[in-house]
Amino acid sequence: MKAPLSWLKDFVDIDISIADLAHLITMAGMEVEEIRILGLPMPAPGSVDARLSGLEWDREKIVVASILEVLPHPNADRLTLCKLFDGQQEHIVLTGAPNLFEYKGIGPLPKVLKVAYAKEGAQIYDGHQEGLVLTKLKRATIRGVESFSMVCSEKELGISDEHEGILILDEDALPGTPLADYLGDAVMDVKLLPSFARCASMLGLAREIAAITGTPLKHPKSPTQPPAGKADFAEIEITNPEMNPRFVLGLIRNIEIRPSPEKVQRRLKMAGMRPINNIVDATNYVMLEIGEPLHAFDYDVLVKSAKNKPVKIITRTAKAGEKLTTLDGVERKLDETTVLVCDQAGALSIAGVMGGRESEVYDAAQEVLDAPGIESQAGEFLKGKASARGKSTSSILLEGAAWNFINIRKTARAYALHSEASYRFGRGVHPAMAERGVRRGLELMHAWANGEVAPGLVDAYPLPAKDPTVEITSADVKRWLGVEIPIKKVKLMLERLEFTCTLESKQRLLVTVPDHRMDIGEGITGKADIVEEIARIYGYDNIPETRIADELPPQLGNPLLDKEERVRDLLVAQGLQETISYRLTTPEREARRLRPDNPTDDQPYVRIANPIAPDKAVLRHSVLASLLDVAEHNARVRERLALFEIGPAFLASESGDLSSGSGQGLPDELQRVVLLLAGPRSLPGWQPVDATPMDFYDLKGVLSALLDGLRIPAVGFRPAEHPSFHPGKCARVMSGDKQIGVVGELHPQVRGQYDWPASFRSPVLVAEIDLDILLTLIPTLHQTEAVPTLPPVLEDLAVVVDESLPAERVAELIRQTGGKVVSDVRLFDVYRDEKIGAGKKSLAYRLTYQAVNKTFSDKDVAGMRGRILRRLEQELGAVLRR
Amino acid sequence: MLDKLNEIQTNALSAIESVQDEAALEAWRVAHLGRNSALMQLFNGFGQLSKEERPVIGQRANEVKKALEEAFVARSGQVRQAALKRSIEQERLDVTLPGRRLPLGRLHPDTQILRELYRVFGEMGFQVYRSREVESDEYNFQLLNFPVGHPARDMQDTYFVESEGRGENPIVLRTHTSPGQIRAMHEYAARDPHNPPPVRIILPGMVYRYEQVDARHETQFDQIEGLAVGPGITFSDLKGTLADLARRLFGQNVRTRFRASFFPFTEPSAEFDIECFLCGGKGCNVCGGGWLEIGGCGMIHSVVLQNGGYDPERYTGFAFGLGPQRIAMLRYGINDIRYFWENDLRFLEQF
Repeated sequence: MKAPLSWLKDFVDIDISIADLAHLITMAGMEVEEIRILGLPMPAPGSVDARLSGLEWDREKIVVASILEVLPHPNADRLTLCKLFDGQQEHIVLTGAPNLFEYKGIGPLPKVLKVAYAKEGAQIYDGHQEGLVLTKLKRATIRGVESFSMVCSEKELGISDEHEGILILDEDALPGTPLADYLGDAVMDVKLLPSFARCASMLGLAREIAAITGTPLKHPKSPTQPPAGKADFAEIEITNPEMNPRFVLGLIRNIEIRPSPEKVQRRLKMAGMRPINNIVDATNYVMLEIGEPLHAFDYDVLVKSAKNKPVKIITRTAKAGEKLTTLDGVERKLDETTVLVCDQAGALSIAGVMGGRESEVYDAAQEVLDAPGIESQAGEFLKGKASARGKSTSSILLEGAAWNFINIRKTARAYALHSEASYRFGRGVHPAMAERGVRRGLELMHAWANGEVAPGLVDAYPLPAKDPTVEITSADVKRWLGVEIPIKKVKLMLERLEFTCTLESKQRLLVTVPDHRMDIGEGITGKADIVEEIARIYGYDNIPETRIADELPPQLGNPLLDKEERVRDLLVAQGLQETISYRLTTPEREARRLRPDNPTDDQPYVRIANPIAPDKAVLRHSVLASLLDVAEHNARVRERLALFEIGPAFLASESGDLSSGSGQGLPDELQRVVLLLAGPRSLPGWQPVDATPMDFYDLKGVLSALLDGLRIPAVGFRPAEHPSFHPGKCARVMSGDKQIGVVGELHPQVRGQYDWPASFRSPVLVAEIDLDILLTLIPTLHQTEAVPTLPPVLEDLAVVVDESLPAERVAELIRQTGGKVVSDVRLFDVYRDEKIGAGKKSLAYRLTYQAVNKTFSDKDVAGMRGRILRRLEQELGAVLRR
Repeated sequence: MLDKLNEIQTNALSAIESVQDEAALEAWRVAHLGRNSALMQLFNGFGQLSKEERPVIGQRANEVKKALEEAFVARSGQVRQAALKRSIEQERLDVTLPGRRLPLGRLHPDTQILRELYRVFGEMGFQVYRSREVESDEYNFQLLNFPVGHPARDMQDTYFVESEGRGENPIVLRTHTSPGQIRAMHEYAARDPHNPPPVRIILPGMVYRYEQVDARHETQFDQIEGLAVGPGITFSDLKGTLADLARRLFGQNVRTRFRASFFPFTEPSAEFDIECFLCGGKGCNVCGGGWLEIGGCGMIHSVVLQNGGYDPERYTGFAFGLGPQRIAMLRYGINDIRYFWENDLRFLEQF
């Protein structure tokens, strides 16, 4: 909300700088996002959190002046020369302002015009350039007349965009007064959080300022309208008080529509609204002043529509299929939850959101008077329809109402109709404000548009607001805030916010919520609400910092997280870079990870109902797909890639997560760890390196070291087929009989579906492990063995086997046979040639015979070797290679 | 004979002067002390000397032998020294040539910040609690005191998941890690429903907002939330805890500031700022007015405590939320939040 300082001062004296004020308001929960300076001293940059904009007016160089006479320019019809007095002397000033033409050449003005006069050297905005461009007034000669000063437009002073004519000040301005003293202002743009709805008006914000600064609030005077008496001009029927707790009507007849007073127009503009005419401006003014949005109807149209019956206003929800053309000209199909203001002939407006245009609403005057906050549309409509209307509206039926804020917010969102009115009603306006608003509105219309206000108000109030009363003690304050505040001090602070407080005992305070706010609850919630108000006014800064004195809770740790971090450490230790990817993707993007002829991903996706962009349509199925995307991107900047990512894949599930009752129907989140290698084994340097492309065994090595480091039991690799991988270079990763993942080289067709740079030719190796299973397999504890003190016996053993025999079976059998005697079996050579024979391969192993407390003799070793060879021969057909 | 011995000695000692390497030294030894050397020949011919000559010549011959042997040892030392010196000279490296590097693995910067936070909070007794990313409206909003249709929901633009027949409880991508507050409180309270144990946890994780992405806004980002529940937790404890955190993260002299704010699930609520460590609080183009926004916090709303299974008449608690990415951006001068999940190695390799 935009709050001009001058307007706030109607309700509270402010004698601190704008910077200090903005700081205090911000600290109390109403963040000042921007301060726009209109003439007042500009705060030093860095002295406030808020953005700074606007223009400071030099007190010497920009002053009030009186135009005494407007003379024609000797050489130009479109320019005039003003004779003016700046408080010290007379000057002749050149101007092209069209709003002075009517005075040209009529001699000394009967009533001087008060204007803003800028002298040579003054800093102002350039009125002839788009936007805000600063310029310094210099001496110049225009069409033979020397000019060194000027009378200013609103745009040149930074007040508004208005540059059609010069700014004419009210008569009370004294020549020679620095303009900053007469008109200087500052506008704070305050961000109001949902709980601060009560502050969405000058009075609301002033009340907070008064409370924070300890200055008395200047209450608005009770409106003098309407005169006392019984209202007989309309009836009201509220069909659902939950939706519409209160509806108030007032009437003013014989009004004259014309522009509002200059000061009013200026205030509306500073607050971000466009002046339209005195009636619309009055409704907007009341809304900005005290927070109640009003709605003005053309009473004559309603009378006509009532056909000699009394005017009756009905509020109800829309009927099935009901339509309403709103004043922006759009015909809207109404939702059955939408609340309408109607007469007996039909809908007049969408309650609290926007006026209608149907039947009597087609009357231009009514539409013009409609919908505070969408004044630009109303204004345009006025231009378009003014001629068709013929006769100006002369009687106004003024509506002030209270609406259910949840419903208003829903309606405003449903029709995307966001206005100053729906903003306030959508956050909650207290029903008490309805009557105050109508009274104040009638008073202003009476003052600005003449007319006679009909006696009395029609007031339907079927659901009176209950303003809670909450009991609060010093102990409550201490319990939440950790600070002792005497209850009498608490009382004073709350009274500054207009709570009604009664001291029940030395410790107990009964606090009744004032009838302008709806954010305080009852019972324990109400207590917390009140404690928050105490904290804000006491000042968060004044609450001490303490360390938690409560008992430490059971220290459960998070063993699964510890294990996950161990996975990260083991992969980082092997030179892999961790990545974290976007989880939102598209099925098409993810499908690239699978062979085109084998689209096996028919699992349901978690689909976003309201994606913000087409490429963020679903939650990923595959972390592997994410990592391939990362590799694709980075292949352009790095030739060697070694990456891993840990995170969830998401599977929509009809029945998912049934365990936690309310979690029913939520998708499965499956944690994965994915590894990727590609590129040369080593990067080229100034000395020869092994730059051969990494292959299956490089990744298998990393994976084996990881599983080893985690002490996963009985790790094995079994040949496998998988729609992402080369069928001959793919293995299932096992722990015993449990599959924990898959590792392999990307299938050439899959690799071909990614956009690699031409220089990137190496295989892409990927492993995907089910982290949920992996973590459960990591033992919490493990046993160590004593370090042997005796030397081992090493022996090499080469056997020839069939090509098709997996090497792992040989090693397995050696280990099994060797038992505790053979402590290590390491394959160091795989060899094929003609001598060995076609379809055969030689596998050479280095065996370590080692026990903790025994040195093996040659005889021991020979015996064991014999047993190993016999089993290899019998079970695998292996022959010792000599 | 004595003359001959003198000559042998003179020749040998003079010859050794020109010996420069191991090979020449060995040749000298063979020539002058070897079996066929003049000196050894002379020793071999002792039998033919007269009885009188023998002791005189013998003594002298032994003197010469000793002198030659000493000369040999001395020269041999010099030759080895010289050889070592030569070889050291030859082995001299250009130490400015690049070393052979093993590829260095790195954690993602976000993981690095999270680990630091785990450690700092762990020392304060806060345990890590993680929960799911896809949530029901009930857990993400309703149980956290965001009623259906409440304007507070405007503060968190939400991704909804396509799902049917769920009425006012649609599936959403969590907009904050706070649903974990409810899940954790339920879990703790289940241990002893009549006397629930105190809670002190942090909740890290990825969250999602329906938001246009630019240098400062992400549609996916991570959060770390803190939660402390107990019979005597106060707002001053919250201030103290976050002030301790700020000092650990940003330096022992950093000042903290709490501004009143609003969140549906806390009351009183506050924004938590630290004095800008880049400009020392003077005001700069990063902080504006000398303070940096770090997160939101407050005392847990009584409705939320109740929904978590904790009686608000008996328990109080605080909660706070921080952005690990925000902390990283401030610390490392990162000016584009999109860098984090784009995973360009030119960014990641800087950590």
